[in-house]
Amino acid sequence: MKLITAVVKPHRLDEIKEALQAFGVHGLTVTEASGYGRQRGHTEVYRGAEYTVDLVPKIRIEVLAEDDDAEGLIDVIVKAARTGKIGDGKVWSVPVDTAVRVRTGERGPDAL
Amino acid sequence: MASAAITLAADAPTLSAANTGFMLICSALVLLMTPGLAFFYGGMVRVKSTLNMLMMSFISIGIVTILWVLYGFSLAFGTDKGSLIGWNSGWVGLSDIGTADLWDGYTIPILAFMVFQMMFAIITPALISGALADRVKFTAWALFVALWATIVYFPVAHWVWGAGGWAFELGVIDFAGGTAVHINAGAAALGVILVIGKRVGFKKDPMRPHSLPLVMLGAGLLWFGWFGFNAGSWLGNDDGVGSLMFVNTQVATAAAMLAWLAYEKIRHGAFTTLGAASGAVAGLVAITPSGGAVSPIGAIAVGVIAGLLCAMAVGLKYKFGYDDSLDVVGVHLVGGVVGSLLIGFFASGKGQSDVQGLFYGGGLDQFWKQCAGVFAVLGYSLVVSAVLAFLLDKTIGMRVSEDDEIAGIDQAEHAETAYDFSGAGGGAARTSVTAAVGGESKKVDA
Repeated sequence: MKLITAVVKPHRLDEIKEALQAFGVHGLTVTEASGYGRQRGHTEVYRGAEYTVDLVPKIRIEVLAEDDDAEGLIDVIVKAARTGKIGDGKVWSVPVDTAVRVRTGERGPDAL
Repeated sequence: MASAAITLAADAPTLSAANTGFMLICSALVLLMTPGLAFFYGGMVRVKSTLNMLMMSFISIGIVTILWVLYGFSLAFGTDKGSLIGWNSGWVGLSDIGTADLWDGYTIPILAFMVFQMMFAIITPALISGALADRVKFTAWALFVALWATIVYFPVAHWVWGAGGWAFELGVIDFAGGTAVHINAGAAALGVILVIGKRVGFKKDPMRPHSLPLVMLGAGLLWFGWFGFNAGSWLGNDDGVGSLMFVNTQVATAAAMLAWLAYEKIRHGAFTTLGAASGAVAGLVAITPSGGAVSPIGAIAVGVIAGLLCAMAVGLKYKFGYDDSLDVVGVHLVGGVVGSLLIGFFASGKGQSDVQGLFYGGGLDQFWKQCAGVFAVLGYSLVVSAVLAFLLDKTIGMRVSEDDEIAGIDQAEHAETAYDFSGAGGGAARTSVTAAVGGESKKVDA
């Protein structure tokens, strides 16, 4: 199994969610996150005092997938998340040892 | 005394139900300004000190109301003693004020005048709190409010508005409190912060306003309540002066907001929400002393000048290194001085009196009188407030510990937090709602 993590622009969430559903993904976890990459932050002004805001709001999406599905799933996320502008984010995957469905106790791919 | 005069003199004022009703409504409007101020300030601080900022205003409502009834009204508006203070022993606790007794020379009960002025006494100390954000012990602040009201506000209100008060008799014009309220509070703020020092991390840590919508809400409530503050200060509507004041309040505030926004756009590249709110308040402050004396065109000038000068003045704290946290000095002291002094130039002679300023052929006579009022109150309030803060600091201590200040004064002093961002009712629920709503209205984002 693989854990696929995507940190993307918040307004792409709905597109990604629909694309994943169409792909057959049954569940995902979404967290509000903040950070920066090459995009860096922006400047805000309060009564003339300028603040550099480094951390930009992002959405972090986590999906568990079977090994064979992982590459295809990553492609789906990347396609749905892309705007072509700087700050589109990152997607990566890591191997997962085990997964358990809490309600039934099913393990491994059956738990997905 | 007043009731005897009414029965004897044929042309003595009698009670006007319209004026009295108007004044009671105005009193409620002025009270609303203090919660408005609380939100205006509360939105500007960081999350961890929101409640403390709100409470600094609310506690003033509690304390000053009681003091005003016990002895404040008597000190401010009682029979003059040496042009410096008033006193009527019968007014202590309002004990000898009958419901039928009229305020001398007016058509409203003493009680209506008393409660209207009470609201001014409440908001003036509350104004100071914006300079002291994040760092003052609540008990020290409460004591400061009581002492400051007693030895600074009550006497200064007498100087400026009390029959026999020196500034009143000199002819200093302060229609609704540019000198007695805003210069007074602004100078006090400066005096206190010079004694207690800066917030931990001033000029190093980001101290962004945590909620500009709260700031806008507060500014809106202030603007609304300010009509009572200003138009009510004529104590009735038997002529058009109260209406002129109402009109000028609106005009100057709009002009100041536009001026501040224009300055910001040119200087910093954006029209900011905080700039709009601040500009409006700067305009309200500046028209407060002057709105009865100037024409509506004059009010535009007062608003524009105040908006520009206050927008420039708020940057001075970084240059000089004093932590006027929410710009009480930059907006209220500067705006009050600007509005008070401009009377010397823009008084048209067609409003509250026939006094004319320099631009209307009246020479500089009124300007010098305004200077006397402005700088006497500024100096008195600055020095006495600094001494008061010094004495409180040496006895009970003015500031919370550095650890408490960094962790947040709300938890240390009030045992509460302003917002619950944790658990299922907070961030997690908000995320799922966003997802659910977004799923159905996908085209909006696309």
